[in-house]
Amino acid sequence: MSIFVDSNTKLVVQGITGRDGSFHTRQTIEYGTAVVAGVTPGKGGQTFEGPNGEAVPIFNAMDEAVAETGANTSVIFVPPPFAAGAILEAADSGVDLVVAITEGVPVLDMARAHAFARDKGVRVLGPNCPGLISPGRAKVGILPGQIVTEGPIGLVSRSGTLTYEAVHQLTGAGLGQTTCVGIGGDPLIGTNFIDCLEAFEADPETKGVVMIGEIGGTDEQEAAAFVSAHMSKPVVGFIAGRTAPPGRRMGHAGAIISGSAGTAEEKMKAFEENGISVAERPADLVGLIQAALA
Amino acid sequence: MDIHEYQAKERFRAAGIAVPPGEIATTPEEAESIASGYGGTVVVKAQVHSGGRGKAGGVKLAKDAAEAKEYATAILGMEINGLTVHKVLVTPAEDIDTEAYVGVLIDRKTQAATFMVSAEGGIDIEHVAHETPDLIRKLTVDPRYGILPHQAFWLANFLYDDPGLIKQASKMIAQLYDAFVNSGASMAEINPLITTPGGDVKAIDAKMTIDDSELFRRPDVTGMRDTSSEPPSETKAREAGLSYVKLDGDVGCCVNGAGLAMATMDLVKYYGGTPANFLDIGGSSNPDKVVAALEIITSDPNVKAILFNIFGGITRCDDVANGIVEATKRIHIKPPIVIRLTGTNEERALEILEEAGFPAYTSMDAVVEKAVQLARGAA
Repeated sequence: MSIFVDSNTKLVVQGITGRDGSFHTRQTIEYGTAVVAGVTPGKGGQTFEGPNGEAVPIFNAMDEAVAETGANTSVIFVPPPFAAGAILEAADSGVDLVVAITEGVPVLDMARAHAFARDKGVRVLGPNCPGLISPGRAKVGILPGQIVTEGPIGLVSRSGTLTYEAVHQLTGAGLGQTTCVGIGGDPLIGTNFIDCLEAFEADPETKGVVMIGEIGGTDEQEAAAFVSAHMSKPVVGFIAGRTAPPGRRMGHAGAIISGSAGTAEEKMKAFEENGISVAERPADLVGLIQAALA
Repeated sequence: MDIHEYQAKERFRAAGIAVPPGEIATTPEEAESIASGYGGTVVVKAQVHSGGRGKAGGVKLAKDAAEAKEYATAILGMEINGLTVHKVLVTPAEDIDTEAYVGVLIDRKTQAATFMVSAEGGIDIEHVAHETPDLIRKLTVDPRYGILPHQAFWLANFLYDDPGLIKQASKMIAQLYDAFVNSGASMAEINPLITTPGGDVKAIDAKMTIDDSELFRRPDVTGMRDTSSEPPSETKAREAGLSYVKLDGDVGCCVNGAGLAMATMDLVKYYGGTPANFLDIGGSSNPDKVVAALEIITSDPNVKAILFNIFGGITRCDDVANGIVEATKRIHIKPPIVIRLTGTNEERALEILEEAGFPAYTSMDAVVEKAVQLARGAA
């Protein structure tokens, strides 16, 4: 098993003809994920050619793509001005999961899009996220397929390359993953730590969870309380940004210490108080999860 | 992006909020002439992107134009939390009966704009929220409807007993929401919102932060950026499309990805060093970007060693290695450079770097430890 995506995933790529969309669609097909459709307004009727000559039909709109192909998951590579609109369209089209990769979507647009998706009962991952990958089953987004391997660890993170770093070390130590989820670095994200922890707890193949947070907001603190109240599986963690100054945005729109709230210290404290071992360095995650699983 | 008080006041006035007049002075003479135009007592206020202006001596009540000139002389050029004051706002002093707080910000938990109001004005709202939450009334605004009239009334009713004041404040709260949305703000605050002995409600201070992701569609707001309030290196980084924050250490950091960049800074500290900066170079291997990054990092005279930490997932390590080699041919870099590259095509990348004479690593810990040693040796 895995969470959110698996071998039943039928993917539609919104923005399939763009530079990032086409590059990552090829990588996704190469990984073996079923890319059943693409959507680019104005290019309906054309086809997108996969790395091995696959012909992916392109539609003008999401409702057509879903009706024609039975797609159940969408991934969005649409530029920021149009990304929230693409999320609304996807949430209205009948897919169950919308993965928004785009960085730089206006926050007020996302407030509306999240409210709409919640009403429709559609899960949004992101925006400003690397997507997710269930090794050997499905890859949706931009996480590199070659660094993951199948195994018992669930991984959830707010970051992109820091996730690669952690996965790389797990894989190097022979610890494979059920699913690696990048929930995104924006202030308003559709799927949070708790959603992922809940899913990992319910997934019989996941034996332990690695949670990677960063400064800004209180999502990690709430996740820590959830772990001690509702999880039987061990969770270990890492928080990035203990040297970050207050009031400055550290790359990610959501990575900012506001006043005295959202510091790395308070997050690490919340982890420790709730039985989550905290790694001092990314390299220590492997030892901690091995110890927790022993 | 932060904007100044006088700019936030322009946005508020445009939305119909009652804001007393005010003009900007960049010299003491200008301040004097503005003050004499208003006549009577004025307030001279430092325009700087920092809280605590009053405590730092950057806000002064001047009884006449001569005194306004005197205070402007003292305030212009003053440093408040490391930022130099280049402008003062001169505004007529108001008679104050009561002070309240009205603010709206994007709340992560409710995923919507959330108002906070308190009859305790002129205070640190975070402190009040923590110590005495009963003194605050909060309201989450449904983004589909905006703030509804009865909701604005509910907030205003928490501030005042007098029906006239409640009516004015309700209107102002709705107008503040308009200003917030129409400016693409992530935070807008009136602190304090005052009442006068004559029964008027006025906003005498204003603060607004703009969501950077809104700027592409708001040229009027983008034009409010004050580059004199940030280090020149940060201006240059933004123009080069790099995410950079200057810090005060001596190990220059160049990393792909924001999370990994923060973790790299933390690891510098772990090994006993201090990071000179946060810099996310993104997924690109373009030598132009590497050149810009190196120029920005080395413009900081404190930098004693430079460390690259690149995880090649989608980006190929050999491309990045070529980018670094190419960049260092174009510009001369004095501090020693150490490089860690891992991921796709890392073997080829290490060959390229070694041929060019760069110490190359595949472990993040090893490269950070080395960079800290080099910085210390050079210090």
